[in-house]
Amino acid sequence: MFNFKHEWIETNVGLLLVLTMLAISVGGLVEIAPLFFIKDTVEKVDGVRPYTPLEQRGRDIFQREGCYLCHSQMIRPFRDEALRYGHYSLAAESQYDHPFQWGSKRTGPDLARVGKKYSNEWQVAHLNNPKSMVPQSVMPNYPWLLKTELDYSDMTDRMMALRAVGVPYSLNKTEYEANVKKFGEETAKMLNIADARKNLIAQAQENNYDGDNSSITEMDALVAYLQVLGTMVDFRKYDDDEFVKYR
Amino acid sequence: MAATEVSSLEQYNFDIVKKFSIMAVVWGLVGMSVGVYIASELAWPFLNFDIPYITFGRLRPVHTSAVIFGFGGSALFATSYYVVQRTCQARLISDGMATFTFWGWQAAIMLGGISYMLGFSQAREYAEMEWPIDILVEVVWVTYLALFVGTIMRRKQPHIYVANWFFLAFILATALLHTFNNLAVPVSLFSMKSYSLFSGTQDAMTQWWYGHNAVGFFLTAAFLGMMYYFVPKQAGRPIFSYRLSIIHFWALGFLYMWVGAHHLHWTALPDWTSTLAATFSIMLLLPSWGGMINGIMTLSGAWDKLRTDPIMRFLIVALSFYGMSTFEGPLMALKDVNALSHYTDWTVGHVHSGALGWVAMVSFGSLYHMIPKLWNTKMWSQKMIEVHFWFATIGVLLYITAMWISGITQGLMWRAFDQYGNLQYSFVESVAAMHPFYAMRAIGGMFFVTGMLLMFINVMVTVRQANRAAALSHAANQAKTTGMASA
Repeated sequence: MFNFKHEWIETNVGLLLVLTMLAISVGGLVEIAPLFFIKDTVEKVDGVRPYTPLEQRGRDIFQREGCYLCHSQMIRPFRDEALRYGHYSLAAESQYDHPFQWGSKRTGPDLARVGKKYSNEWQVAHLNNPKSMVPQSVMPNYPWLLKTELDYSDMTDRMMALRAVGVPYSLNKTEYEANVKKFGEETAKMLNIADARKNLIAQAQENNYDGDNSSITEMDALVAYLQVLGTMVDFRKYDDDEFVKYR
Repeated sequence: MAATEVSSLEQYNFDIVKKFSIMAVVWGLVGMSVGVYIASELAWPFLNFDIPYITFGRLRPVHTSAVIFGFGGSALFATSYYVVQRTCQARLISDGMATFTFWGWQAAIMLGGISYMLGFSQAREYAEMEWPIDILVEVVWVTYLALFVGTIMRRKQPHIYVANWFFLAFILATALLHTFNNLAVPVSLFSMKSYSLFSGTQDAMTQWWYGHNAVGFFLTAAFLGMMYYFVPKQAGRPIFSYRLSIIHFWALGFLYMWVGAHHLHWTALPDWTSTLAATFSIMLLLPSWGGMINGIMTLSGAWDKLRTDPIMRFLIVALSFYGMSTFEGPLMALKDVNALSHYTDWTVGHVHSGALGWVAMVSFGSLYHMIPKLWNTKMWSQKMIEVHFWFATIGVLLYITAMWISGITQGLMWRAFDQYGNLQYSFVESVAAMHPFYAMRAIGGMFFVTGMLLMFINVMVTVRQANRAAALSHAANQAKTTGMASA
């Protein structure tokens, strides 16, 4: 019989390398790879769409400021969280999030469904000086958001990069048609890369998030992003236990 | 004695070990000071001063990168280069490659820190560095791997010492994790900004597979490698059990990689994944304690050293914290406990009992052991090491106690209902309740940094005196030779 001795590994660096690599590879392979293939990982649900150019720029600012370090975007299926934040988060709701922003810490409240919960005016005043809205807040002031004009000169490049990682922004007629079918015409227009700047300006002008239409600021973009969070899925259309089977 | 020391200084590349040792102390001081600052921002928010570059959100990755990769990383480069050379009785295969790993690594941490303050971040915890810096790190890491393996291949002993297995597993795993967690498409060749290749659930899983194994391999396996050399050396006794080291090495390497998803309990990650992670987290307790027991029991028969030797005390207290936090970890990985602890300060406290109690303390002990040997001298002040130990210990205890209280309080306040079944507290009431504990945490951090400052002073004076003495004896030697020649 073959008589194994650990000494073989200890005296052969090649063997040690190979066996170590094997030992450390299994866990990741078993837990990560199937998530790309098991269909139920991401629920089938209507309404979830990629971010508009303005919202995406807001998301970039959210990342730049490190908001994810104090605010999660992932509601868990508990009664207290349902009362405080709303329906638990679905995997589908972050399917266009590159990167995900689920977070790991709630120094401040969860933001997964903060959209439309407060007015634009409240969001602007709060970001500018949180204590003016919530006196006990420990969040920093972000006064530069109102003062800094939004840089969207590379919006096309940003959308192209996102398209490269799988977000269905359309580059040609076929892709546009596919988006019309999937998201409806109004949304499909917003996802067209060629119209990125035009769409961004139009959305900022129309909604006037920061209350000043003379320029498009970083505040416009960030508030546009916050106001869409968690609002894409209409849960009235689904039974209460519709999503339980995916868990 | 003196003769063998001199020959070992020439036989090995100790210059690179010296450089990394100094930078470990420097980054420790910088990174922990930033930590105290951001902790203070949470307690006293005016400290954000409306300056974008120093708000909590931008400074937090500066803190984590400086302590994990700056302090921890430099300490690991230093000790692994020291240990691999001594245990293989071979010089590093290339001085040039070693120097490259030094400057490349320091540059990556500097650039990372500056770029976060300017607002460039991948927004992935502990992997915030944007793509150009990631590429630099990748190149440095492959060089490190080649250098380490090459040196092992040059060994004069048939056996590869156990510390080197752990270092090797850490280098391999870090390469794997860094590569896959940083897959991203840049906005353009001239833009720092990139978007991650994966999204949503798959991205979350990849990130926490990385995140937890940065803890498992960078902050655990590698520091066990450190432990396996410096604990027996300082104790003057062999490792307690050779068999235990084999078993816990393979079990630790295999099991760790499964547990990352316990950071995603109750999220939109499928249940099967997080259940697997919880199960493996419980099993992981065994190899973790295997390592702790092997380290602590190495001292059996020499327990009296704990009374007299502050370095030994650093090492053994480090192992105790390792045991404590690897017990707490599986506990928090249970879904029911996690339902309470997740998103709260309890997690932050847990991380710091590992990072300060285990990683920093075992590094302090190892550096205090190694630095005098590198410069062929004694530490300037033994007393200061003693004082450092107490500052560090009191600091950690204050820190984790504050975070236990605040974390559990948060968890309980968030889920409290009044008699009518409504939420009892608004979110901001839980924020307000945290203030005293955030202040206490900042004070704990100040204790720890004060200890770090003492170490910095002690090391700087030691090195300066050693260099001066070396220069003098060199001059004296030269005078002797020239004198002899002229005679």
